[in-house]
This record gives sequence, C-alpha cells and structure tokens, in this order.
Amino acid sequence: RRASQGMADSGLLESVLRLVEKVDGGVDSQDVAGGLSVDHQVVVGAVKSLQALGEVIEATQRSSKHWEVTGEGNEILEQGSHEARVFKAIPEEGLPQSELMKLPSGKVGFSKAMSNKWIRLDKGHEGGPRVFRTVDSIEDAVREKLQQVKKGQSSQLEEKEKNELKKRKLLTEVTVKSYWITKGSNFSTTITKQETELTPEMIASGSWREKKFKPYNFEAMGVAPDSGHLHPLMKVRTQFRQIFLEMGFTEMPTNNFIESSFWNFDSLFQPQQHPARDQHDTFFLSDPALAHEFPPDYLERVKKVHSEGGFGSQGYKYDWKIEEAQKNILRTHTTAVSARMLYKLAQQEKFTPVKYFSIDRVFRNETLDATHLAEFHQIEGVVADYGLTLGDLMGVLHQFFTKLGITKLRFKPAYNPYTEPSMEVFSYHEGLKKWVEVGNSGVFRPEMLLPMGLPEEVSVIAWGLSLERPTMIKYGINNIRELVGHKVNLQMVYDSPVCRLDS
Amino acid sequence: MPTVGVKRDLLFQALGRTYTDEEFDELCFEFGLELDEITSEKDIISREQGDQKAEGASDVILYKIDVPANRYDLLCLEGLVRGLQVFKEKMEAPRYRRVSPVNGDPQRLIITEDTAGVRPHAVAAVLRNITFTPERYESFIELQEKLHQNVCRKRTLVAIGTHDLDTVSGPFTYTAKAPNDIRFRPLNQSQEYTATQLMSLYKTDSHLRHYLHIIEDEPLYPVIYDSNGIVLSMPPIINGDHSKISVNTKNVFIECTATDLTKAKIVLDMVVTMFIVCVLLSSLSLSLSLSLSLSLSLSLSLSLSLRESAESIAQLLTRMCLRSEVAGDDGQIQVEIPPTRSDVIHACDIMEDAAMAYGFNNITRTTPRTYTVANQLPLNKLTELLRMDLAAAGFTEALTFALCSQEDIADKLGKNISETRAVHISNPKTAEFQVARTTLLSGLLKTVAANRKMPLPLKLFEISDVVLKDETTDVGARNNRRLCAVYYNKTPGFEVIHGLLDRVMQLLEVRPGRKHGYYIQAAEDSTFFPGRCAEIFSHGESVGRLGVLHPDVISGFELTMPCSALEINIEHFL
Repeated sequence: RRASQGMADSGLLESVLRLVEKVDGGVDSQDVAGGLSVDHQVVVGAVKSLQALGEVIEATQRSSKHWEVTGEGNEILEQGSHEARVFKAIPEEGLPQSELMKLPSGKVGFSKAMSNKWIRLDKGHEGGPRVFRTVDSIEDAVREKLQQVKKGQSSQLEEKEKNELKKRKLLTEVTVKSYWITKGSNFSTTITKQETELTPEMIASGSWREKKFKPYNFEAMGVAPDSGHLHPLMKVRTQFRQIFLEMGFTEMPTNNFIESSFWNFDSLFQPQQHPARDQHDTFFLSDPALAHEFPPDYLERVKKVHSEGGFGSQGYKYDWKIEEAQKNILRTHTTAVSARMLYKLAQQEKFTPVKYFSIDRVFRNETLDATHLAEFHQIEGVVADYGLTLGDLMGVLHQFFTKLGITKLRFKPAYNPYTEPSMEVFSYHEGLKKWVEVGNSGVFRPEMLLPMGLPEEVSVIAWGLSLERPTMIKYGINNIRELVGHKVNLQMVYDSPVCRLDS
Repeated sequence: MPTVGVKRDLLFQALGRTYTDEEFDELCFEFGLELDEITSEKDIISREQGDQKAEGASDVILYKIDVPANRYDLLCLEGLVRGLQVFKEKMEAPRYRRVSPVNGDPQRLIITEDTAGVRPHAVAAVLRNITFTPERYESFIELQEKLHQNVCRKRTLVAIGTHDLDTVSGPFTYTAKAPNDIRFRPLNQSQEYTATQLMSLYKTDSHLRHYLHIIEDEPLYPVIYDSNGIVLSMPPIINGDHSKISVNTKNVFIECTATDLTKAKIVLDMVVTMFIVCVLLSSLSLSLSLSLSLSLSLSLSLSLSLRESAESIAQLLTRMCLRSEVAGDDGQIQVEIPPTRSDVIHACDIMEDAAMAYGFNNITRTTPRTYTVANQLPLNKLTELLRMDLAAAGFTEALTFALCSQEDIADKLGKNISETRAVHISNPKTAEFQVARTTLLSGLLKTVAANRKMPLPLKLFEISDVVLKDETTDVGARNNRRLCAVYYNKTPGFEVIHGLLDRVMQLLEVRPGRKHGYYIQAAEDSTFFPGRCAEIFSHGESVGRLGVLHPDVISGFELTMPCSALEINIEHFL
C-alpha cells in the first residue's frame, strides 16, 4: 500500500509535541518516554507517525548506552544485598558458620560481610566455628546504588562503581536506539487528521484546500495493469513487415506450407540429387504424397535445363524425373513462393518491375539443437527489374540492414544452387567484436529465370535471413525453445519490451 | 558444406609463407572459404573420447576449412594450395592435357551390357610415374573419401576405385554377375569370399555397411576384372586386395563406376588433376573429359557493376584458374574452363569468379531505380489488425508449432485422425513431426500446460495457419488461417470466451443476427463437454466453434482446471 501505515493516537502525539516545544535544542525519545512514563517503543511509534505528517518534527536516529538492573539486581532491590541479608541473619549470640552457609545468600554474603568488617569468625569456638556481628548497624550501599540506577540516575554513580556492580552481574550496560527530536519547519502542537486520498466529495466541496494528505511512498511499485501481450517474435515480424513496406515491397502469399518438390527445388535449378532433397533434410508427405498439376510447357523447360542444359547453360546432364518433382514436401524455404510469383510475373503480357517480400514458416527435417528447430520463419526480399547488378543488391541490402540498425556490412562469396553470384552477408557485432553472418543473398541464376519466360535482360536479386536469429540477439535469448513453441515461459512474453529494431 | 582438414604447417609450406590465424581467416573470406576451426588430432580425440584417450595423439595444428559444396577442386590440400596460389598470383593456372603412353597403346576399360541394370556407367584413367610421399598418399586417400561423401552422394552416384597398375594387366572389363559367381580376396582380408558372403561380412562393418543397400537387392553385382580374371573391385562396396595401392605405387589405375555419367567424369577429372601436379613430366590418362570454352561479352561486367576493361577482367578470371584473353575488339573475352572447374556451367559462374577476384567488397554499392508501390497481403493485414485488438482485449499471444503428433490433433481432442483431413509426414524423426496441425487448439493447450504455475486466469490466443487436405489445389492441400483463444481458470468462463467472440465480430463489423450477421447454435463435438459447445455461423456459413472443453481433453493435455475455447476461420472475413 502506498499510504503510510499505523497512526499512534493523537493524544500521545500532542503530548510529545508539547514536550518538544518546551526544550530548546531538542530532546531524546528516551527522555520523552521517561517524562511521559510510557514505554520507549510507544514513543518511537509516535515519532514515526509525526514524521509522516510532513515537516512537523525532525527526528534523527542515534544510539546511546545505558545501564539496567539485572534480575539478580532486582532481587537485591527487594531483599537487600547478600551481605546485608547475612548480617541480618546473625543474632546477638552469633550463628554457627555451618548453619550460616546453608542460607541462600550465605556464601557470597559471608565473604562480602567479612571484607566489609561487619562480622567476624571465631574458629576456635566451642562446638565449631561461629560467626558474630562486629557492628550494631550497617548501611547497604549496594542496594542504594542499584536504587539510583533504577531511578534513572546512573550518571550520579562513578564508572568504577558501575563496573564493580557489572562484575557482580547486578547491572548490565545496554545500547538503546533512540531519536533526537527537534522542531520541524512546520512545527505545531496540534495534529490535523491526514487524508489518504482525494475524493469526489472533497473536489465538490473544495474541502481539499484545508486538508492535509498523507504522503505517498514513491519507492513502492505500481499495480500491474490487467492486459494482454503480443509475442516477442511476432512483434519483430511486425517490424520487419514495416521495413519492407517502407521500402516499397509487396507481400507474397506464403500461406501454403505444403509445396511440391517441383516448385521448392526443380524450378530453382536445384538438381534432384542435391543433398537438401534428402530424407535427412526435408519432410516429405505420405498423404497427399504427390502434387498433380504443373504448368506443362514450363515443366518441360525445367526438365530440359536440368537434363540437357540450354539458355546458355551446360545443365546438370542427368536423368531428370517427374516422379521426383511431384513429391510433396513441407517447404524448406519461402523461395518456393518467390519462384511461383516470378513464374506468374513472366506470364504477364509485358514485364513490369517488382519488389516482393515474405516472412513465414519453413520446415527442415534437421538435427535439433539450441538454435535449430524443425520449423522457423524465413524473411525474404526479391527485386526483379531490367539490368540489376551485384552493386544494386549490395545497395539494397545496405538500405535494408540500416533500417535494422546495422550499418557495417561486408560480403563473402558463397555457394547456392539457385543464385550466382551468391553472397553471405556479415555485419560487425560491436558486442562480440567480430563479424557475424546475418543473411544470405544472390542473383537468381538464368537457368531458373529463363525457363519461366522472363526477358533475358531482367535480373532478379534476392536475400533471406531467419526471423528467430535477430530476435534472439535482440532479446538476449540463447535457446530457441525459450522463444518459440508451447514450452515458452509466458512471463517472458508478458515482460517483453516493445520492438524497435534500429535502437 | 564440406569441411577439409589440412595440417597448418604443410599448408603454409606449400603456400610458401606463413599466416597468422587472422590473416588466413581473411584470405579464406575473400576466396569464399571459411576457416571453421583451428584444432589438432589430440584436441579432437580428447573432445570426443576424453583426455586419457588423447594422450600421445598428434598435436600438429589442423585447419578445418569449409569449402563451397560445388568446389570439388578444393577438397584436398593440393587443390586448395593450387587455387590460393593462382588467386594470389604466386603461380600460373595449370593447363591439363591428356597424353598417350610413350610405349604401347592406351589402356582400355570394356563395359558389358550386364551393368545396365545396376550401375551402367564407368570411366577410367591412368596416372603414370607418380611419386607419393606419406602425406600425399594420405591426401590421395582422403580426397577419394571426401568425393565419395559429397559429389558421389555416398557412393550412390559414383564410386571410385584406385589400383596399382603394375599388379594387373589390361584391358579391363566392367561387368555384372550374380553374387555367388563373384569370388575374390577383398582389401585387407586374408581369404577369398563370394560376393554373397562379403555382403553379410560387411553387415557389421561400421564404415562399409552404409553402402551395402546400393546393390544389395540387385540380381547382378557390378565387378571389374583384369585380362587375367583378377578382380580389381566390386563397386561401390570394396576393392580387391590384389591391386591395392601403397605409398610406393608408381602407376595408378583409377576407375569410377556410376549411375550418373556426368558426375563420374567430374570425379575422375578431380582425382586425376589434383595429383597430376606431382608428376609433371609423365602423366598419361584415359580421360580428361571436359575443357569448355565460353565467350563472354562486356555485358557481363555491367551486371557486376565492374567498370573494368576487358583486359583487366580477363586478368581477374585468370586468377580464378580460368585462363582468359580478350578476343577481338568488341570486348569479347575467351575463357578456358579447366577440368577442375566442373562448377562452371554458365557464363554467370564466370562472372561470379570475376567479382570474387575483384573483391565483392570493392564493388560500388548502388541503389536500383525500381519504382514500385507496396501492398500487404490482405489476409496478413487482417491478421495483424486482429492480433493487436485481441491483445487489447486482454489475451496474450502464443506462438506454437505447425507440426505435431497425430495424438495432439486427434486422440487428445477426442477425435479420430481420419476425420481431421490432416496431411501426414512420411519421414518424421520423432512423433512430434507426424502431421501438420489441423487446429490451433492443441498448441494453445500445450502452452497452458507448460505454464500451469502462472497466476490464473490464463487467457491465450494465436492467429496462424493450419493445413488441410484439399484436392482442388495443385499439391492437394492448403493452409487455413485460424483465430484460436482459450480461457483457463477455476471456472469454465464460457461467458468470457463468448464475450471475446462478440468482440471479434464487432471488430469485423459483423452484427448479431441470423441472416446477415452471426449467431451461435448448440452443436455436438467430442472435443467439448456435452451441452457446452456451439457452432458459430456468419452470414449463414459455419466459421468455427466455441465451448467448454471436455474433461477428458483437459486431462489429456495434463491440465486440471476447467477451460473454454474458441476457434474460427478468419479467411471467411476477407
């Protein structure tokens, strides 16, 4: 609760204030307790309540030492010191030492009374050693000193005396935390009742003008709002979509997870024996196992460029099989959709330049580890126009990554069956102090584009990256399972901040 | 991407200078390689089998270098060094030439028709007057293994056999015979076996058992004999012991049998050209199959943004082992493709090499002038808008997998798998990847199950795709965009989920009503508690269901509290 708790009764508070008013330099809370004859803890409570009222008083905590009578000391206060009790127990005719020793105070009292010279011992007495008084009356100094301490006048005793009593375990020295109370800038001896909150009535009546309000505790946390939350990976997806839209890219329809090998591989000039088409890398379907519809002329051209070459290419020169192309799979990349879109573009009466993008799921039947799942999101950008160059690809990548807050880029030659040249994109990571791979890019091969029917002078540049990797870096997540899938901790989702990729 | 391990000091010796790790890494980057790891045999053994086993192992430093998957010519030390030295202009690109033996005719390999059914192609070559050193011999064997694993696709496409020519005599015959009719002493065995016996012998061999399936079920097995009937090899499984090569072998007979002739030629060219350099004077080979000449015009340089003269482009290409010269005045460049560069199949491959030699990072970055107007996919636009408003309605977004087990979408939801219209995966490694989901509900329930410790209520949603069989599409399946939400608490909260439906409909501008609006109507569904399920209709069409989940479904997902759920098809509202 934000408002301070507990309020001592105002009568006591005002009594304290009156005491403070009387003194000039200030007063110790212990003395206040003595003066008002209340327990010190009650005064401490009153001080805290007064502090909460604002500038009424100023109180600084301090600690002081003080002497207290022990349990045994209290017994002496009631019954007299051991030596006094021994003295009183001895009659005129004396007492046998053996009997004296049986008294509760006997042992201690005897030696003390002896050294005070109040009594004497007749060792040679008939019938055994016997003790006699030597004086008529005594003064019980120990008891008197203890009484002084009890009255709070311990300062009147000498240190030596107090230490002597401490040694006898009749006094003990304790440290007491107390407050030094002085008048505050707003000092007054009367207490106004403090309001907790502003109410509609106070606003209506204007009574808030006269009221005092309890101060808030600004150290406390607020109450969390009752709200829904967006998933961090999806927040990052929204930002990437935004970036592409800002750059004038149109979104491709990637809502088809099931793809034929034809569009996923063959149309991209990826040979049928390529390792990516292996059972170990790709999920194949048993039902529906085969795709049954392909553009027939295009299919023939794809077959030809693989098996015999053409369009300026030697081809791969192998026995291309329709059965292999028909196999249905879970798409391994969204480039399958890019291929469909470029084919569609090529069927237009007249070519028009395009910029396409997509962000959607892809699937790999790979070995899983901390950074690899069987499904992840691929981000892809494609530009098709007359005369695009490798320099243009680098320029577009530079613009794209700048929007992600990445400005230091460099490019490494790489291999990809459907792009030539192919470049891995590296960015300099200031934290890791090294170049890290952030994406892949390239110019689509003529063997992919020309069978589709695109004009020979048209180049298509493209790049791709995963959505998960930049998100993991952004949110500092090391295990992909903490980000994606049903095992994520919802608290992570609740706590994830807004996503600004460039800051 | 294949990885080649080379001894650092041998590499530096061959390169004629030493590099720091950073310098060598930089050189790799430029050349399209990647210095993946710096290690030693000792490190590798100690990592895989513990420090004790590693004691006494070699601590000679090894560079593990990642090589692009199409650059078979960089799969051994010899090839790497040649490529880098030419790149750094420390040596000229070698030219390869087939020569005839000084005395006698070239060797011949006769292929019989019997091989047609099992492994129809074979090519062969002879390397003469070779001098192996122990290191070079080791590299020769390793190159074959690298080729087998990569371009040969684990010996299915091509298998390589190398033999000491001086222990056999040609002409050689490549034929196929019934397994019981093949009998020989295989490599490193002391006795003869029939092919049938060999196949069972190698069943337990950690290395060879992976290749048995290639011919196991064939009626005839491939086999190569010399003119005296000595078995050289039974491809793609094992060579004969008789003709085995050693570090002292002078003349090597190399045969490649294959199901893909193009790849067989590539592989043979690779083995021959990689080791030809150590026998400069002598080589005789049967096959150097490919020497391709391509003419390039200056348009190439334009597509690379290289503003270079034809002369300097020719020079750049020569640094990539592609000997080039300017032919004529119109900027045409004549390029000679050596047999080592089987990756070059189109002019664009040559362009890339020019760009690499120029340095990708030296190319000026430009901005294309392509003018386009951006459009969102309407379905994704709607999805984005609804997501925001569902979160504003107090529901938290989950992100679950599109692949799951049959159980998740059928048994656990009280359904039969046959009624789900699910697509089935034929090669899942685990049950988690048996099918593509047909509902978002199971993913959300699994998310709740993983978060049972969170304060109640849990209110989750997801808008994503499910996959359904659909014969009207080319692949026989289609995605369907769904909105699913669950409410999990001590009370079922049907009114909460119902309220969310009303809110979604309000957002979609669909008013309550029978004909032109939406309404819900009691329905039977085994996923839901009897009498607590309703079907949702919009404009007279069923778009989904909502209700309180069946207790068996709740326990099936290892949950303990009542739960209500909603799932609708949002494509209806486009």
